[in-house]
Amino acid sequence: MVSGGVFFQRESAMPQPSISKSMTIGESGLAVVFAVTAFLCVIASAKALDAPFAFHAGLSAAASLAAVFFIFNRYYDRPAALPPAEINGRPNYNMGPIKFSSFMAVFWGIAGFLVGLIIASQLAWPALNFDLPWIQFGRLRPLHTSAVIFAFGGNVLIATSFYVVQKSCRARLAGDIAPWFVVLGYNYFILIAGTGYLLGVTQSKEYAEPEWYADLWLTIVWVTYLLVFLGTILKRKEPHIFVANWFYLAFIVTIAVLHLGNNPALPVSFLGSKSYIAWGGIQDAMFQWWYGHNAVGFFLTAGFLAIMYYFIPKRAERPIYSYRLSIIHFWALIFLYIWAGPHHLHYTALPDWTQTLGMTFSIMLWMPSWGGMINGLMTLSGAWDKLRTDPVLRMLVVSVAFYGMSTFEGPMMSIKVVNSLSHYTDWTIGHVHSGALGWVGFVSFGALYCLVPWAWNRKGLYSLKLVNWHFWIATLGIVLYISAMWVSGILQGLMWRAYTSLGFLEYSFIETVEAMHPFYIIRAAGGALFLIGALIMAYNLWMTVRVGEQEVQMPVALQPAE
Amino acid sequence: MKAILTLDNLASGLVTTIWTPVFVAIFLAIIAYAFWPRNKAAFDEAASLPLREE
Repeated sequence: MVSGGVFFQRESAMPQPSISKSMTIGESGLAVVFAVTAFLCVIASAKALDAPFAFHAGLSAAASLAAVFFIFNRYYDRPAALPPAEINGRPNYNMGPIKFSSFMAVFWGIAGFLVGLIIASQLAWPALNFDLPWIQFGRLRPLHTSAVIFAFGGNVLIATSFYVVQKSCRARLAGDIAPWFVVLGYNYFILIAGTGYLLGVTQSKEYAEPEWYADLWLTIVWVTYLLVFLGTILKRKEPHIFVANWFYLAFIVTIAVLHLGNNPALPVSFLGSKSYIAWGGIQDAMFQWWYGHNAVGFFLTAGFLAIMYYFIPKRAERPIYSYRLSIIHFWALIFLYIWAGPHHLHYTALPDWTQTLGMTFSIMLWMPSWGGMINGLMTLSGAWDKLRTDPVLRMLVVSVAFYGMSTFEGPMMSIKVVNSLSHYTDWTIGHVHSGALGWVGFVSFGALYCLVPWAWNRKGLYSLKLVNWHFWIATLGIVLYISAMWVSGILQGLMWRAYTSLGFLEYSFIETVEAMHPFYIIRAAGGALFLIGALIMAYNLWMTVRVGEQEVQMPVALQPAE
Repeated sequence: MKAILTLDNLASGLVTTIWTPVFVAIFLAIIAYAFWPRNKAAFDEAASLPLREE
């Protein structure tokens, strides 16, 4: 773990007005809340009905005490006055929470990719389960998906949203302790969720596995996130709310709604981890995929499109190709995405008209998705030559190309006849990973390569050559991954539906598993390359922070008159 | 239950159906807003907002 100095910048030796130092209401109030929480968690841990709950309650008691310590420590370290919103007429941006989230994004990214590689290898060589319950595929799989989507992706989104909202509003992040509560609280949620999976705690809803107490905690953190983001927008000096902020806001608001809609559960006991969901049967399934597909639409799409609309113009030094198109892109996604969920439930007990509705809206999504992709790509007009020299921009642009590719493939797979072949096969896994690795992964890497030098005030990256290596190794990995899964998935689907001339199924299930074996090895190799690329990035970013040259900030007084 | 034209049925039918035209109208209004000639200058300026900040 790095020392705190990496994230906290000592406030510059500004002449401090002599005011008496006292705790803010936020500091003292939060310290009291955490002290009470620590006490309650100790009791809960002692009286817990199951071992994982006792562990989580104990962990929460320790974390609450650590939070109290952190609040007091920070209070004694800080000057009497809170950091000013502006210094010499320029916004005094708050970079601490952004640095922390960026660091955690890289950490969780590597952890998540590694667990992905492990489970891919387990599918190729099942002996790698080692017959241990904690590392069975069933427990590691949600650990992988949560680590890459919510831990890696979530931290990238929090870090970039806090950066973009400040810069494009020309205002310091709202709140003093609240932004820290968001980044630390969110990562604590990840810790509880992840350790829960390993211990067998799950409510068995895909991408919404955390149990009731983790869900409640996330709700508190997420509402704070919304308030910090909205508060910053309200404080803005720039009259116009930039389009990236609209996308971030849609992401934050919708995830809150989805989380609340999909997770109303009744705990068996307030001293145990198990709960039962309020919804039953097909309603539960529909809620689950209303949530699940809109997590794709608003977490993995809207949030990362915000990154596209800010970081690509910034890196290419070109304006957005069409701002009008970005407005229509935004509202079309908002109006259409929310209806697409039923395509996850084709040929199930869900009413047929609902399935068709989901399919229709999924197909309509072609238009805004491609409109957005064209808008992102055409932003490079006049700057295409930069693709040759700037591997970071190349990464961002290739991510948009993957966005176009996977948002073409998705609607196609939502068509019922296509789905009858693709559903439950590896094709789905391939589709998801072309979006996850190619779009979300690459746009996140590109954003981190921009954000780390900016947030740590460095002139540039430690090595562009290493970015180039990352780009090509990871691209090769993605190509191996998705092409292996396409072949494997379609093969699997065709084998399942093959009949003999007498009307019997031609292949037993185990024969289809055997047929997939070589593709599972190729997929694992692709995943390994993607992981190697991320390790190169981690080294590069680490060196950027450690040895990178400081950006020289001209003292305002010395600037020539313009 | 027979479909009888009562005030209740009419109201619930209207409420559940009205969303389609309302959403379409809102969306058309957004498109009009995006393409309104007078907004063009402001949008062109907003397009380069990330390049102007400090």
